[in-house]
Amino acid sequence: MVTETDIQNATVELLRRTVVRLPPDVEAALRKAYEAETDEVPKMQLKAILDNIDMASEGNTPMCQDTGVPIFYVTLPRDCAVDVGKGIVDGVRLATKEVPLRPNGVHPLTRKNPGDNVGERMPYINWKVGDQDHIEISVMTKGAGSENMSQMAMLTPSQGLKGVKEFVLNTVLRAGSNPCPPTILGVGIGGSSDICMKLAKEALLRPIDVRHRDPEIAALETDLLEAVNMLGIGPMGLGGRTTTLGINVEYAYCHTASLPVGVNVQCWAGRHGTVRIQPDGKATFPSEEG
Amino acid sequence: MAKRLKTPLSEQDVRALDLGEIVYLDGVVMTGRDEVHLHALEYLEKGKALPVDFKGSALFHCGPIMRKVGEGWEVVAAGPTTSSRMNSLEPQFIEKFRPGAIIGKGGMSQPTIDAMKKHGCVYLAITGGAAVLAAKGLKSVRGVEWYELGMPEAIWVMDAENFGPLTVAIDAKGNSMFAAVASKVKENEQKARARLGLK
Repeated sequence: MVTETDIQNATVELLRRTVVRLPPDVEAALRKAYEAETDEVPKMQLKAILDNIDMASEGNTPMCQDTGVPIFYVTLPRDCAVDVGKGIVDGVRLATKEVPLRPNGVHPLTRKNPGDNVGERMPYINWKVGDQDHIEISVMTKGAGSENMSQMAMLTPSQGLKGVKEFVLNTVLRAGSNPCPPTILGVGIGGSSDICMKLAKEALLRPIDVRHRDPEIAALETDLLEAVNMLGIGPMGLGGRTTTLGINVEYAYCHTASLPVGVNVQCWAGRHGTVRIQPDGKATFPSEEG
Repeated sequence: MAKRLKTPLSEQDVRALDLGEIVYLDGVVMTGRDEVHLHALEYLEKGKALPVDFKGSALFHCGPIMRKVGEGWEVVAAGPTTSSRMNSLEPQFIEKFRPGAIIGKGGMSQPTIDAMKKHGCVYLAITGGAAVLAAKGLKSVRGVEWYELGMPEAIWVMDAENFGPLTVAIDAKGNSMFAAVASKVKENEQKARARLGLK
């Protein structure tokens, strides 16, 4: 029997692991980037990033002071009887104190900070129901420096694939040194104004060394990555070969009169994680199951 | 060779720094981002005294994670925030409060570069996201002002020891590494567009 306390504890542990350790694909890409850089300046920036990753992991400390705002993706089993939402909210409150997370959540207009990352529609939870018998909770702890550089556009169908490529390139140029490059880009094509942005963020949940199952989309990912890395923005915008570590694209069918496109810009610290709460209440972490 | 400097920074120290030079800081480092800039300038307008003196200071664009330990505080993670958010307020802030160095990430726009040249201030870039590494050089917390603005927006006054590495990314002579990179990126843009089959 799963209890609210199980959900709360699993949420705290999920948040702790997510802000302390990078997913293995992102860490591997950063180590590869360090080897690939030849100039002193980008090498020093990447060295600081790699040293920091090691220090965070050794000290069980958040790698970046910006631990983001809590955005969750939950897949419930069909017969779920526990209040998962309440467990998550309580978990966020506790994690803010215990991990600790930075209290980032504020009222959008008064800017009042309650200090616990809980408020109107925060944490934000995306719900799904699936066929599995466990509760699956994923979280993305994304900083604002990169989120602030994200963009969407309602292109016309005649602008087509070229329009999409141009928009992605322009988003990277506009972001420049601001989003803590080397970045990771999530691109959402199609759907609607809201769906393309949702897809752009969800695209970041896929490992960056896994290409899209559709070969045409996979080719677009590879082409965009090569082109973006020709720009020379480099780590921290101080110049270099690595501007972006990976680009993941997702798409959805859209209206015949529309071509929405969204780009979510993620900093090098592409932190996300997943926990499964089994029917007996035990929390397991798929990243450790291999 | 890296240079070691102690705060408060003299105008002479600051003007002697060259673009690309690596610096480590000792002394006091103070945080200040969006709300501190807004509030400080508002205080000035109303003729109210500030709780800290920014003259010759190292102002860190940072909203740290701090942990309460007994009566005091401990630095958990303290990397830089995006400096460009302060672009519109920084020239006036430099003119009125005369900090010696601004520490941040991503660089700042031309009016700030001009203000730095005019008043003797540099921009020291520190690696974004490397918050544990940065915290290692911030040994203790002297105090906090304007805590009511929230943990990320308050003024945290900290004792630094060998805080860095920091890169002189904007000097006090009007040069900026970010501007140099931006002009190269402009040239490279054509190659990237060609790779994507764009005109």
